[in-house]
Amino acid sequence: MNPTTAASTTQVRLAARGIVKSFGPTQALDGVDLEVRSGEILALMGANGAGKSTLVNILAGVLAPDQGTITLNGAAYLPRSPRNAVAAGIATVHQSTDRIGAAGLTTADALLLDRFASRQSPLFLSRRSVRRQAEAIIARAGISLPLDRDFGDLGPADRQLVAIARAISADASVLILDEPTASLSQTEAARLFDLLTELKVRGLAIIYISHRLSDLATLADQAVVLRGGQIVYDATRPIDFTAAVTAMIGRPLAHAHAIARNIAHEVVFRLRQARLGPDTAPIDLDLHAGEVVAITGPLGAGKSRLLKTIFGLHPFASGSMELDSRSYAPGGPAQAIAAGVVLAGEDRHRTSFLPADWPGGTIAGTISLPYLPRWFPHGWLRREVEDSAAEAGIRRLGIRASGPCATLDTLSGGNQQKVVLARWQAEPARLLLLDEPFQGVDVGARADIIAAIRDNRQSATLIATSDTEEALEIADRIFTLEHHRLRPWAGDNLLPAGPTGRSEVA
Amino acid sequence: MTSSLEQAQASTPEAGLSAVGVAGSKPQVPPHVPLSVAARRWAIFLLLLVQLVGFTFAQPAFLTAANLLSVLQAVSVVAILGAGVTVTMAVGGFDLSIGAVAASNVMAASYAMVVWGLGAVETVLLVLLFGIVIGLINALLIVRLRIPDLLATLAINFLLTGLQLIPTAGRSIATGLILPDGSSATGSFVAGFLAIGRAHVFGILPLPVLLMLVVVALLYVLTEHTRFGRLFFAVGGNELAARLAGAPTQRLRLGAYVISATLASIGGLIVAARVGRGDVSSGASLLLDSVAAALIGYAVLNMRRPNVLGTAVGAVFVGILLNGLTMLNAPYYAQDFVKGAVLVGALALTYGLGRRPA
Repeated sequence: MNPTTAASTTQVRLAARGIVKSFGPTQALDGVDLEVRSGEILALMGANGAGKSTLVNILAGVLAPDQGTITLNGAAYLPRSPRNAVAAGIATVHQSTDRIGAAGLTTADALLLDRFASRQSPLFLSRRSVRRQAEAIIARAGISLPLDRDFGDLGPADRQLVAIARAISADASVLILDEPTASLSQTEAARLFDLLTELKVRGLAIIYISHRLSDLATLADQAVVLRGGQIVYDATRPIDFTAAVTAMIGRPLAHAHAIARNIAHEVVFRLRQARLGPDTAPIDLDLHAGEVVAITGPLGAGKSRLLKTIFGLHPFASGSMELDSRSYAPGGPAQAIAAGVVLAGEDRHRTSFLPADWPGGTIAGTISLPYLPRWFPHGWLRREVEDSAAEAGIRRLGIRASGPCATLDTLSGGNQQKVVLARWQAEPARLLLLDEPFQGVDVGARADIIAAIRDNRQSATLIATSDTEEALEIADRIFTLEHHRLRPWAGDNLLPAGPTGRSEVA
Repeated sequence: MTSSLEQAQASTPEAGLSAVGVAGSKPQVPPHVPLSVAARRWAIFLLLLVQLVGFTFAQPAFLTAANLLSVLQAVSVVAILGAGVTVTMAVGGFDLSIGAVAASNVMAASYAMVVWGLGAVETVLLVLLFGIVIGLINALLIVRLRIPDLLATLAINFLLTGLQLIPTAGRSIATGLILPDGSSATGSFVAGFLAIGRAHVFGILPLPVLLMLVVVALLYVLTEHTRFGRLFFAVGGNELAARLAGAPTQRLRLGAYVISATLASIGGLIVAARVGRGDVSSGASLLLDSVAAALIGYAVLNMRRPNVLGTAVGAVFVGILLNGLTMLNAPYYAQDFVKGAVLVGALALTYGLGRRPA
């Protein structure tokens, strides 16, 4: 052990005692005690609705607790605003990195955005001084970023690095990361883990929130599980994650791997010599009835593009598709849906949901949207038709909601994703395309969704996921797509390349 | 089967920064409407009632069938144009050209009859055709050339405001109009056309009011009870989600702009028939009035979104207020101020006070 690390681990950075917070009749946090030590990564776990966000929002100064005390570096800490919290040394990197900068700003500008907003910044900025300061910030964080690139062109991984670099430049002593790997590929996640390990060695205390067990197993020094606003599991290394997950969902996880099963020989969908781009390798793929096939691969490898192309949003550069042995070449989503090929897009809020106040913002409206012409050929909407379809979906998938008229914003992430699935199972489909179906879905709901997908014996299912663990849990066959080339998954790199080598050295 | 423990847990969404309201925290309990929400929902109607009582008290002549019908007649054009704007708002757009479409159709109708000597039916058809063409041009700019809605329709508004002046060299149109080539126009407004603005159904209900009721009823049914309306709102609420669900988003937006421009043309017909001459300044306040009606409509029943009934209520609300104030001898020049104040209040009600608790 590195002597400096050993010395700093004893120091408690942030301590919360007896935190209570309720929203009306709902008790979100019920006497939570939490300690984060310098040089440690604390994994904060919990199903959606367990109180994680409330706790983070209290620490980040967004919400004030009803009861309880917090100390930061030994002194009382009572932030009145997020800005206040940052000034005190608690920086939060949210899951959505859109709010860190804006298109039109350079990366350097985005790095300095919070300085621009503070009164210390000079009125006039020269390009050179901005660049110099930005270079200093990334040097301090120990990362590299394309400083002159437009922020709008940065990928999610780089945006996250911008947020972290900014937190470090603001002298954060506690860093809170909310689902930081949700939109990262495994290589990018590995780069993030290296950085976090480095920050840990420098004495930062890190609170890490994630649904991905492999991330937590790689990183966490301590795991705390919230359930119903209380801490139900608290352990330091070695952490028994099976026990943690059991505490989190209140029952043991059924199985981590999909059970091998016999698949019918009936080919539903066939891809022949299909090229995503003019110069990329041709892809051949047969999907059988009742089969679940997962495609993994790093971000930008073309997983989403492959799904969208099958859905008719882009044409293939060359090659052909067959659906039930007939030629299939959709001119757009409407034709694809009519043929029985449906897509549940990545990021359900962006690709599937309408605003809660608008017509169609309910569970019933979300499910019926693609089927309006089919269900209401004369144009007149009949609420009872929509509602009974929604009720059927709610029953089949065990969606926790007040009824078909519940708006999507009242549902947890897992239940929202179940609504998306209920939509595409409301009418028989031939091929179900799912792009990252487990984003922001807790472990319990994930098991229900996996069961619902695998129970579907009529149609084929093609899933794009950057998480190999998810693929293993759901798929009968797994492929990897890298550089637009599709290969059967060889069983290697199950866990993201973590910083294990580094920690041995340290 | 999920265990009851997990169900209890999963039913409580994460309360946090997001717009997840307290009301959503307990889906099992039937929604209890707090007094403040109920007050917001009915605020416009309460104020309407207060107005009616107040104005009647101050001026008994206010609460007569004749006066109330005259209010409805006065707001009919604004309500019809507002219904059109509402449809474009439903698809996530905003038609700022309606005022100029109505005004230029006043001129077109006048020109058709006075200069070309056309009859009532031909004039009406010509005006409606003109409206549809403008709607298609708006849609072309917005859907094909991808010009942002506000900018495209503002530019068309500008263009039409100027275009309507060109055929008559900036003069208003009436019989005897001296044309740019020196001859004078011999045609006149035909009686059948003037009836659009002046006739009464069953001797009491002004035809414009009937037209307004028909337009509002049709558009209400279209937007709230048909799949086309649902798709309009889907495009406006989340265009990507609508497209991925197979909706023909471009055609829907085109349809909305054609509906809007056609309704604006109907508004132009009513104005032309009521005034009986092609007045170059006839459409001056129509745009702002109908946009205001549509925005006040957001606050009606606390809908917080474009809705046709709300737009109609908004138009009537402003109409009654102005009528009552006029009867109380309020100066005419204060009218725009009053309208503006109502709009600010309604928007504050919708956006500021109506926001869900975070």
